[in-house]
Amino acid sequence: MLKRHGVLPGFSITMGFTLLYLSLIVLVPLSATFLKSATLGWDGFWAVITAPRVLASYKLTFGAALAGAFINALFGLLLAWVLVRYDFFGKKLIDAFVDLPFALPTAVAGIALATLYSSKGWIGQFFAPLGIKIAYTPIGVIIALTFIGLPFVVRTVQPILEDFETELEEAAASLGANRWQTFQKIIFPTLLPALLTGFALAFARAVGEYGSVIFIAGNIPMVSEITPLLIITKLEQYDYAGATALAVSMLIVSFGLLLAINGLQRWSQLRRA
Amino acid sequence: MSSVAISSPLSRTRTVGRTNREPALIRWLLIALALVFLIGFLFLPLAVVFSQALSKGLSTYGTALTEPNALSAIWLTVLAAAIAVPLNMGFGITAAWSIAKFEFPGKSLLITLIDLPFSVSPVVSGLIYVLLFGLQGWLGPWLQAHDIKLIFAVPGIVLATIFVTFPFIARELIPLMQAQGTEEEEAAIVLGASGWQTFWRVTLPNVKWGLLYGVILCNARAMGEFGAVSVVSGHIRGMTNTIPLHVEILYNEYNSAAAFAVASILALLALVTLAAKSVLEWRLKEQAVDQS
Repeated sequence: MLKRHGVLPGFSITMGFTLLYLSLIVLVPLSATFLKSATLGWDGFWAVITAPRVLASYKLTFGAALAGAFINALFGLLLAWVLVRYDFFGKKLIDAFVDLPFALPTAVAGIALATLYSSKGWIGQFFAPLGIKIAYTPIGVIIALTFIGLPFVVRTVQPILEDFETELEEAAASLGANRWQTFQKIIFPTLLPALLTGFALAFARAVGEYGSVIFIAGNIPMVSEITPLLIITKLEQYDYAGATALAVSMLIVSFGLLLAINGLQRWSQLRRA
Repeated sequence: MSSVAISSPLSRTRTVGRTNREPALIRWLLIALALVFLIGFLFLPLAVVFSQALSKGLSTYGTALTEPNALSAIWLTVLAAAIAVPLNMGFGITAAWSIAKFEFPGKSLLITLIDLPFSVSPVVSGLIYVLLFGLQGWLGPWLQAHDIKLIFAVPGIVLATIFVTFPFIARELIPLMQAQGTEEEEAAIVLGASGWQTFWRVTLPNVKWGLLYGVILCNARAMGEFGAVSVVSGHIRGMTNTIPLHVEILYNEYNSAAAFAVASILALLALVTLAAKSVLEWRLKEQAVDQS
């Protein structure tokens, strides 16, 4: 097993520490949560996770996360394209700025977006006369989830586009394809696995998001209340069993998404190789 | 969330041949569209933070940052990061050594498990510790009998911070050390260096920029974490409030200027993080070119 690197010391001690730390911080607390939900029994568990208010929160959480991920797939592809293919003033700065949603704490993003998109805010004021309310409605939730997922698609598509063989495009052009045909038939299929990976990452992040959403959502039960907030509400009412059941349902979804993302990334790498 | 999200974008513009260019009009249209999107979603939110922070003048700004509750929130945030970041750094280095320098079955499963905290909702990340150490939790009664308070107290905040920043450094170091292989370390050992010497003189200098990169991202998240910390903190003013939680309280009290003033420290931290990240990405790129 260790033949190839038999010379190097420290395998058992570093592996031992890694497994111990991983178990103490991550695996034991996560397993304890699953065990705790088992004390509810299947019927109790099912009753909690299918209550009308909970179902409404799933609908909002997954719907808004999906909408945000779609917006990000579209604009992320556009941003990656513009950053890789074109030259313009301030490009380096913009490239660095794309990661802002990773660096800016979610609470700060939340209050900033709520202020910006409220009916008196810099952007919201232009929509208010049209009768469109953004902040404190499900649209606000979509805005927040778009913000926090923004870097994912850009950062997955960008490297693929950089490595793209322009010879293929030249061949297509010399065979008489126009730019749009070349993009559709040659470039887009190559980018698709990375685009889907970025989409899935943005979606997965958005589903669990809390900080940036609660300030802009308005948090009206049945209308603009996301599932993570419902967990907090249950905790504040000392309904630990209910909070646990919701948490477990979200964990199962997260792990499913993680598996899907791993699969997509493997596909993406196969396509690149 | 995943390796691609934080992987260094080594951007370079390709000189694209004439046949491969869109008409100038389309080019400028696409650039304009991208910029409008970025302005609406990135630049204006950032501008709002600073403009609101200074909306009631500099003295209000100063007061908001120096009142005792703000100072204690700043202190607690720094404390939590000062514990969580070194611990996760130690873990990141040991995990990367065992995973990158040796072959063993189940390696990719282990890497996936290390990434797990990134796919858990922040709220759930806090909840799992409440279920373990809280009064209703598995160890709650025992802890109470021994008069140890972890949840709704500082240790809980530190634990939640460790959990949400758990993968940052390991996931930065593992691919880097895997790419560098083991030849240099093996040579050092064969020449008579001890394991420690090999690590300090060979491995660490090779990964120092990647390590720093991971530390900076880890620190940014540790200082800015909101959801997980919110669940375990109990929101006791001047006691268990971190900077993001203090921002929330001020904002919910309609004390918007003060909320944004405190938030502006975090926004500045984000800008410093982005700048440092860009510099380090450039360093890592140089290093990758040197080694190839």
